[in-house]
Amino acid sequence: MIALLKRDLWLAVRAGGGFGLGLAFFLIVVVLIPFGVGPDASVLEPIAPGILWVAALLACLLSLDRIFALDYEDGSLALLATSPLPLEGAALIKAIAHWLTTGLPLTLAAPMLGVLLHMNSEAYGYLFISLALGTPALSIIGTFGAALTVGLRRGGLLLSLLVLPLYVPTLVFGAEAVRRGAAGMDVTTPFVMLAGITAGAFALLPFASAAALRVNLR
Amino acid sequence: MSIWEYANPKKFMATTAPLIPWIFGGSMLLIAVGLLWGLFNTPAADQFEHSVKILFVHVPSALMAINGWMMMLVASLIWLIRRHHVSALAARAAAPIGAIMTVIALATGAIWGQPTWGTWWAWEPRLTSFLILFLFYIGYMALWTAIEDNDTAADLTSVLCIVGSVFAVLSRYAAMFWGKGLHQTATFSADRETNIDASFWWPAVISMLGFGLFFVALVLIRTNTHIRLRRADALEARARRAA
Repeated sequence: MIALLKRDLWLAVRAGGGFGLGLAFFLIVVVLIPFGVGPDASVLEPIAPGILWVAALLACLLSLDRIFALDYEDGSLALLATSPLPLEGAALIKAIAHWLTTGLPLTLAAPMLGVLLHMNSEAYGYLFISLALGTPALSIIGTFGAALTVGLRRGGLLLSLLVLPLYVPTLVFGAEAVRRGAAGMDVTTPFVMLAGITAGAFALLPFASAAALRVNLR
Repeated sequence: MSIWEYANPKKFMATTAPLIPWIFGGSMLLIAVGLLWGLFNTPAADQFEHSVKILFVHVPSALMAINGWMMMLVASLIWLIRRHHVSALAARAAAPIGAIMTVIALATGAIWGQPTWGTWWAWEPRLTSFLILFLFYIGYMALWTAIEDNDTAADLTSVLCIVGSVFAVLSRYAAMFWGKGLHQTATFSADRETNIDASFWWPAVISMLGFGLFFVALVLIRTNTHIRLRRADALEARARRAA
C-alpha cells in the first residue's frame, strides 16, 4: 500500500503538470469572481467562503479523471487488481494520493486567496479546518465517480455530471461552517456533520469504487 | 411457483402484455376521476383560494418521483444479487419516467408557489432536494447511454443508484441547515389526519392511485420495449456473425 501511495505521488508530481494544474485553476476561478461581481468589498466579503469552497470543489473535479485513466490505459490497473492488495485498498490509496496532490494544496492555499476576496478575518481558521475536513470526502467521492467512468472514452463530462450531485452535502456543510464561523455563530454541528460525511465516505465508498472497477476490468 | 419465474423475459412479457391496457386504462380512469373531482367539485381553500387545486397534480407526481427512485433502487439490488436482466431493464425503464415526474412536481410547485409564496423558487430543503433528485436521474440515464456493453452498464448504474440514494438523503438533510423552509411538511397520511379536509382527501387519494398505476403501466411498457430492443440487438449481432 505504501509503495502504491509513493508511486502515485511521484507520478503526480513528476509526470506532466497534474500537480500544479488544480491549484492554478483554483487561483484563476477565485481571481475571475471579482471581475464578474465587481471589486466591492461589501459584496465580496459575505460570499467569499462560498466562492472558495465552490472553487476548491471545481479544482478537485478537474483532476479526477486522471485517478484511474492512465493506469487503466497502460494496464497497471489490471495488475493492481490481480495483486494481493484488495482492490478496495487500492481505491482507498488512490483517493489518499489524490487528496495529497490536490486537496491538501488547495486547503493550504485557500486562506491566502481569502485575502483577495476580503474575507472576514475571523473566518480564516474555520475555512482552513472545514477544507481540511471536507476535501478528503471530495477525493474519495471523486474516486468513486472515476471508477464508474474509467472504461469510457470520453468520460470527463459524464464524470462531472455524476460526481457534482454527490458533492452537494459536503459543500453545504463546509460552506455553512465557514459562514457561521465568520458570523461568530456556533460551528459544532456543521463541523461534526462534515467530519461524519468524510469518515462515512472513507468507510463505505472504497467498496463501491472497487465494485465499479471490477465491473470495468471484466 | 415463485415470483422469480417472471424474471424470464418471455414469461414476463407474456404475463404483462395483456395486463398493460387494463393498468393503463385504469390509471387514466382514476386520474380523470381524481382530477375532474378535484378541479371542479372541491371548494376553494381558505388561504389558497383556487390555486390549491394544483395539489391534485403536484402531490401525486412528487410521490411518484420519490417512489420511482425507490423502485429503481430495489430493481438494482435484485439485479446485483440475482442477476435477472428484466430487473435491470425495469430500473432503466423507470428512470426517464421518474425524471419527468420530478419535473412535473417542480413545475407545478413553482406555479403554485408564485401566487401563494410570492416566488417561483426558493432555496429551501424540499425544493432543493427535489432538484438534486432530478440531477441524479439525469446522471443515471447518462451513465446508461454512455456504456455500450449491456451488463457493464447495468452493473455500474446499479452501484450508482445505491450510492446516489444515500447521498440524496444526505443532501436533503444538509439543505435543512438553511433553516426552516417555506414548504409545508407532509399533509397526507394513510390514517387521514386532520391536516386536510375530507373534501380534498378523496380526490387526492384517487389521483395518487391513478399516478401510481400510470407509473406502473409506463414502466411495464418501457420494460417490454427494452426487452424487444435487446432481442433486436441480439438478432443483428447474430446476422453479422453469419455474414
